[in-house]
Amino acid sequence: MRTGLLGAGLVRGWKVRVGLSVIGFFVLLALLGPWLTASIPGLDPRANDLTAIGQPPSAAHWLGTTQFGQDVLAQTIEGARGSLFVGFLSAVIGTALAILVGLPAGYFGGRTDSWLNFLSNLFIVMPVLPLILIVAGYMQGTGLWVIALIIGFFGWSGGARTIRAQAMSVSNRDFVLAMRTLGEPHHRLLFHEVLPHLTGWIAAMFLSGVIGGVMAEAGLAFLGISDSGAISWGTMIQAAQQQSAVLRGMWWWFVPPGLCIALVATAATLVNFGVDELANPKLRTVRRSVVRRAQAAETTVGSDA
Amino acid sequence: MVTQFVPDTDRPDAGTTSARRADGDVLHVTGLTVEYVTDGDPVRACADVTFTLRRGEILGVAGESGSGKSTLITALTRLQRPPAVTTGGSIVFYPRDGGPAIDLVTATPKALRALRWTSLSIVLQSAMDALNPVMRLGAQFADALRTHDRTLTKDAAWARAAELLATVGISGDRARSYPHELSGGMRQRASIALALACGPELVVMDEPTTAVDVVMQRQILAQVLRLRRTLGFAVVFVTHDLSLLLELADRIAIMYAGRIVELGTARELYDDPRHPYTRGLRDSFPPLHAPLTRLTGIPGTPPDLRRPPSGCPFHPRCPQRFAGCDTDLPELVTKGGHSVACRLHEPTGRPDPVPDPASGPASGPASARTEGGAS
Amino acid sequence: MTTTEAPATPVRAAADPPAAVRAVRRWGFLLRRLGFYAAAAAAAIVLNFLLPRLMPGDPSSAIVEELQRVSGQQVPPETLESIRAIFGDPDQNLAQQFVGYLGQLARFDLGVSVVNFPVPVSELVLEALPWTLLLVGTTTVLAFVLGTGLGVIAGWKAGSRLDSILTPLTAFLSSVPYFWVALLALWVFGFVLGWFPLSGGYDANLAEGFNLPFLASVLHYGALPAATIVFSAFGGWLLGMRNMTVTTVREDYVLLAQAKGLSRGRVILRYAARNAMLPSFTGFAMALGGVIGGALLTETVFSYPGIGYLLFESLNKRDYPMMQGVFLIVTLATLLANLLADSLYVVLDPRIREQG
Repeated sequence: MRTGLLGAGLVRGWKVRVGLSVIGFFVLLALLGPWLTASIPGLDPRANDLTAIGQPPSAAHWLGTTQFGQDVLAQTIEGARGSLFVGFLSAVIGTALAILVGLPAGYFGGRTDSWLNFLSNLFIVMPVLPLILIVAGYMQGTGLWVIALIIGFFGWSGGARTIRAQAMSVSNRDFVLAMRTLGEPHHRLLFHEVLPHLTGWIAAMFLSGVIGGVMAEAGLAFLGISDSGAISWGTMIQAAQQQSAVLRGMWWWFVPPGLCIALVATAATLVNFGVDELANPKLRTVRRSVVRRAQAAETTVGSDA
Repeated sequence: MVTQFVPDTDRPDAGTTSARRADGDVLHVTGLTVEYVTDGDPVRACADVTFTLRRGEILGVAGESGSGKSTLITALTRLQRPPAVTTGGSIVFYPRDGGPAIDLVTATPKALRALRWTSLSIVLQSAMDALNPVMRLGAQFADALRTHDRTLTKDAAWARAAELLATVGISGDRARSYPHELSGGMRQRASIALALACGPELVVMDEPTTAVDVVMQRQILAQVLRLRRTLGFAVVFVTHDLSLLLELADRIAIMYAGRIVELGTARELYDDPRHPYTRGLRDSFPPLHAPLTRLTGIPGTPPDLRRPPSGCPFHPRCPQRFAGCDTDLPELVTKGGHSVACRLHEPTGRPDPVPDPASGPASGPASARTEGGAS
Repeated sequence: MTTTEAPATPVRAAADPPAAVRAVRRWGFLLRRLGFYAAAAAAAIVLNFLLPRLMPGDPSSAIVEELQRVSGQQVPPETLESIRAIFGDPDQNLAQQFVGYLGQLARFDLGVSVVNFPVPVSELVLEALPWTLLLVGTTTVLAFVLGTGLGVIAGWKAGSRLDSILTPLTAFLSSVPYFWVALLALWVFGFVLGWFPLSGGYDANLAEGFNLPFLASVLHYGALPAATIVFSAFGGWLLGMRNMTVTTVREDYVLLAQAKGLSRGRVILRYAARNAMLPSFTGFAMALGGVIGGALLTETVFSYPGIGYLLFESLNKRDYPMMQGVFLIVTLATLLANLLADSLYVVLDPRIREQG
């Protein structure tokens, strides 16, 4: 039901449409990026052009070059893959864990809930970034896989809370209670009755998980925890910082990757906004178009009288 | 939620003596039209609503859910928010002190604010939701009192709050309580006391007794009647429960699809309902004075206001429709103080004498109220 | 934490409980939260204890070797003991080690920094902590207040032109990574315009202490980091508060407040905003961990002499004792901040006090 509502409404509203388009663009970039950079000459993210060291944007290098003579545009394209890979993998892990903890907590309630809820609250109040840093710090020379795993493993708690609340409300609906009384096995109820009702929430959670993953990867890379061989938006900013790009005025080095992160995250925020408007009818009534029309209609009364 | 049958005690003799005062009217509502702005065509929730409210009178407004009665409440009190918009009509208020009449629709926010609570107050359906959960009860009285009387000290305002609570049978020290510390009945009575805090001339009540049990409902209604007698305010009482109105109200307006389809005294509406819809409503709950008979419901469902039927909005469900009902919109015609919007009662439109009221719609097992409530 | 309405009978019965019962109930929520945070602190300590022991290899020997290499001399026995207590002692079982570890913590002995040998970690942490508290504490509160305030306005005027510009703009701002904003700000205001210093927390040429030039330099050095944190953090609060206000404004009690003819300011502040901020406040507590993490990154960009920069340095130089120490302190500080936020919540919401 909720899923249907979401599906139907997703097409409407510019926020969701713009948001999904931007995300779609970057996903395409991540998928086709290597092919793009390989097939277009001069767009190799790893090639060091020694004739162009730290050059500002030009016709040859649209976004300029790094201190190592690498093309920033090529790196930004290549970086999409690394960043989104970490984002998606960590979101998959985080979402799976959130469901694993939140669903039984909401469905069974009681003691199960107390313990699982305690666990997720624990992870909520912990400063996750320093925690990830410490763990990653011990694992020297980590690859993107490991980083994604760590981010996902520590980033599920907020989602679990949402899933728990929603699972609780669905589990208390009459049809679930009735089926429970009739002796329907728990696993059937959980996965065939309760879980399908949460699809919308899970989708929204997954999306914010992807963004959280991209951001966390960038943050970790910035602090030096990354795969030195891999290219991601985070490693780009880190390299720029390490080479004092700011002090050399090489803005073209660190602006594009950060902007990409911000764009993806904004897109996700827009989608979430649109989803909120669908889920909460009160938010729908304050859309600009509606308010403007209402104001127009109201003024006619005033002038009539 | 099904409202229970109300026993026949404590019934004010509607329309005879009591609190009605001779000095005219308190409110003239003319052609009031409210629309909901949507991405598509606007939805008309109240259309061309016209009525007069006399001083100290209780006017009942009855209708199924979706009939526009809730929209009418926020429109009358000018509390609506987008997407609801008043697109036409006037609500003219005549102050008791003989001051100039004021049209609430075009009044400035400032003028409106001055009028609020001192002249026009409201009791909402659920007191649980209507009271601020993080403020003590007394503070919620005091801020209204002190807004309209700048000379009132804080202590005096709290003392007055305690007095007001006492008038509805709540001990004054309850002013220090938070809303969640009171029982449902207490909260509802407190919000009635709150509505009377500044001595209003008109109180709009939105089903104030649906959230409480029958015993509490009786108590509250008796209190409203008693307070009305002593204080002389007029009431617009909106509910889906016609049986309750028949006991309480002086006059009753029946709403259907955003329009008033019939308006008359409680007795007229009970003894001689003219609109087929009113008759259907009356026949769908147990009679008060006659022996119990088989209940009849109104077949069909209320119209979808986004796609209102052509002509008379009731014609798809009407057992007595005839040629032209689906094209011509009947006007509200008044004869001897009793108004009805039905072509059966228009001098020209009637095909044959009004059929016997008893031969109403084919009897069905379901009651109209359940249908209405479920929609 | 969904508030469900209690059934009618218990409420009525609970109308006049004895004063003692009421007091217990009033503080029950806080006591439960206190218990939770105590458990969380215990979990953090256990985690801090287990982490190095779960890692491959023998960290404590590695650290001792590193210390010898750095200092070029034999590590004193008390230092050796302290390192072993924190990072694992091959001669002791886990229970013995844990007891020893707790003893270390009780003495606030967090080991010795490898990089700054022989300065104890606790000393370095205590030195850095005030800077972080000053920077992150004030900016977090400032961002919350600013975001919440603007959120109320945007929510009250939802659908207006102001809202339709402010809200998407903030959505963008809140999506920008902290450290990237910091880099941009540093480049524009520090490098291009030269208005602010490029790194540090104060002018190193001045004498530290409570004298006017030094305090002025602290303000001057702190302004840019503070501004970037507020800039990237307030948007999240704004968005949350805006949506909450939109929902709250449609509550019956706000409608009734308007019906009472109260002034607009009073309706907004005492009725709409006052209630809308409750979930926002819960969110504040929940988001603290993330906010603090982001702020630590900002410190790194500006080489601000706080905990975040310390953590960054220790990570880069594989100074494990320092990493452990900083992590423990940051975690405990976050828990404490959460507890404070919860206590404030108890003051703000009378209903929570009554929940048994």
